[in-house]
Amino acid sequence: MALIELSGITKYYEMGDQVVKALDGIDIAVEKNDYLAFIGSSGSGKSTMLNILGCLDKPTTGEYHLNSKNVEALDANELSEIRNLEIGFIFQSFNLLPRATALGNVMQPLVYRGIGLSKRKEMAMEALNRVGLGDRTDHLPNQLSGGQRQRVAIARALVTNPSILLADEPTGNLDSKTTIEIMQLFDELHSEGHTLIVVTHEDEIAQHCRRIVEMKDGKVFNDSTSHSAKVSH
Amino acid sequence: MFFALIESSRSALISIYAHGLRSFLTTLGIVIGVASVIAVVSVTQGMSSFIGDTFATLGSNSLTIRSFTPFEDQMKGIRARLTPEDMELIEKRGEGIASITPVLYATRSSQIKYGSQTAFSQIMGTTYAFQEVSQSYISIGRFLAQSDNDTRRRVAVIGEKVRENLNLPDNPINEYVEIGGEWFKIVGMLEPKGEIMGQSQDDMVLTPYNTMRSLLGNQTRADISIQLSLTETADAENVSQQLTTLLRNAHDLASDEDDDFVIQTAEQLMETFDTIINMVTIVIGGIVSISLLVGGIGIMNIMLVSVTERTREIGICKAIGAKRHHILLQFLIEALLLSLLGGLVGLGIGYGLGTLISNSIPSFPPANIPLWSVGLALGFSGFVGVLFGILPAAKAANLDPIDALRYE
Repeated sequence: MALIELSGITKYYEMGDQVVKALDGIDIAVEKNDYLAFIGSSGSGKSTMLNILGCLDKPTTGEYHLNSKNVEALDANELSEIRNLEIGFIFQSFNLLPRATALGNVMQPLVYRGIGLSKRKEMAMEALNRVGLGDRTDHLPNQLSGGQRQRVAIARALVTNPSILLADEPTGNLDSKTTIEIMQLFDELHSEGHTLIVVTHEDEIAQHCRRIVEMKDGKVFNDSTSHSAKVSH
Repeated sequence: MFFALIESSRSALISIYAHGLRSFLTTLGIVIGVASVIAVVSVTQGMSSFIGDTFATLGSNSLTIRSFTPFEDQMKGIRARLTPEDMELIEKRGEGIASITPVLYATRSSQIKYGSQTAFSQIMGTTYAFQEVSQSYISIGRFLAQSDNDTRRRVAVIGEKVRENLNLPDNPINEYVEIGGEWFKIVGMLEPKGEIMGQSQDDMVLTPYNTMRSLLGNQTRADISIQLSLTETADAENVSQQLTTLLRNAHDLASDEDDDFVIQTAEQLMETFDTIINMVTIVIGGIVSISLLVGGIGIMNIMLVSVTERTREIGICKAIGAKRHHILLQFLIEALLLSLLGGLVGLGIGYGLGTLISNSIPSFPPANIPLWSVGLALGFSGFVGVLFGILPAAKAANLDPIDALRYE
């Protein structure tokens, strides 16, 4: 069984008397160590896709199996647990806790897992070292550059050793030089065996990925495995 | 659960510290509330324990019997009386009585003169048994003796306050004072007892009972009061019951008539005072605790603002795995800690205030904070914190992660 299996996923929103079909019958499977990009214009349903993949939202109909678990049968607390154990989020606007240091931010998901303070520190330091921020652990987010903040966010996503890393426009707020650095980091993570799903509207970003799923009007428009994927070492 | 509590407290403390000034202002309502409750309680309880101590010196197992005329009867010119015969009766037939003495108050004039000084005092005629019954002992000189009474000697025992008022020498023994136009020789002075509710217990002049009777002249139907002390095994309640029956028979009261006398125990008197003080404590404390409620509403208000302000943070926490109880606990504990910290600060300020009040008013008893009031103040402020923290905390915990993440 694939790591992620979506079958017949729909997501409808009611806007007044109009029904908006954000997702309209998605069937897709993602294997372990896949490196996948969802692309599409705004309103194509890729953000809704990300919310459902990230267990932040539930589909209107359809089945979602993550790591052989049937996700849509779970309640809010169980979804929190799934997010904590299986998913690492990387957001466009970094979404770091403003009053916590880099180390505190990376330790935070481990708090919800019930891991003690010293063990948390150890794991968080390891993750920060992995993204190359071992010397910035005591800085608050507003003392860090955009690229550094995104690295902290990536460390926070990595620290729980999740099944998938979900990135939502990870370079949208970054300059081109930092973008390249972050995408290099993604490529490295992929080669280390992580499963990455990136939502983006930039072709350049998507070109890093092995598989590109183009979405349009809530449907999968094109699903291609690219062989020109740049894998840097 | 314990782990979650510790982690929530940790982040709550960080948040309180990060918003130092705001946290302080938020909790000010609780600080003021607790401070005033503690100040009120400490002052009134200090007074109460002081009164308790004072009454203990009055002799806890003594009874006082006096005549009692209802107001309506007074209007009709009827006066109830206790007579020496009543006392004889009680002396003969009463049970459980250790000693008994009549007390006859000077009715015409309570003026007392020494040289050019004039003072007003409580002048009483009584017997040597008075010192045992009222626990009044001599500091210098001697008490009234049986022979003083038998021979109607013009001698007096005075309290410390009287000596002061009359400018008598430190040792006033053998000085003469004038009471009702007669000269009395001072033979003894009582040990000072202090004040009860601003009423000096040392402002009294004791003369022999028979001397006082002759001084009052031809009032054959003099109204006396009777003080008696009980034997150790006697029960005040039983004795006063028995005496009531005895006196009702002696006064020929029909069963539908009210008693024309009252029997008072020192304990009763103390309980009356205690009741009054407790009432005052409860009423003022109640009024003041309204400010605690107001303080709680202030906390709720700020917590609600804080939840809105931190909506995005809550969304982030939920996205990385926070469950409902994590968020709920964090905000609830933040509210609880805010009000508990306020309670602690208020406790200190209240204690200082109470001490200041009781020290700055002369003859006021020292402040006394009973442990229950500390517990109550902290318990109540904790309760307020939880009560008014629940709404914001629940609001935070119930936020939808997507909406919260999108919140700008």
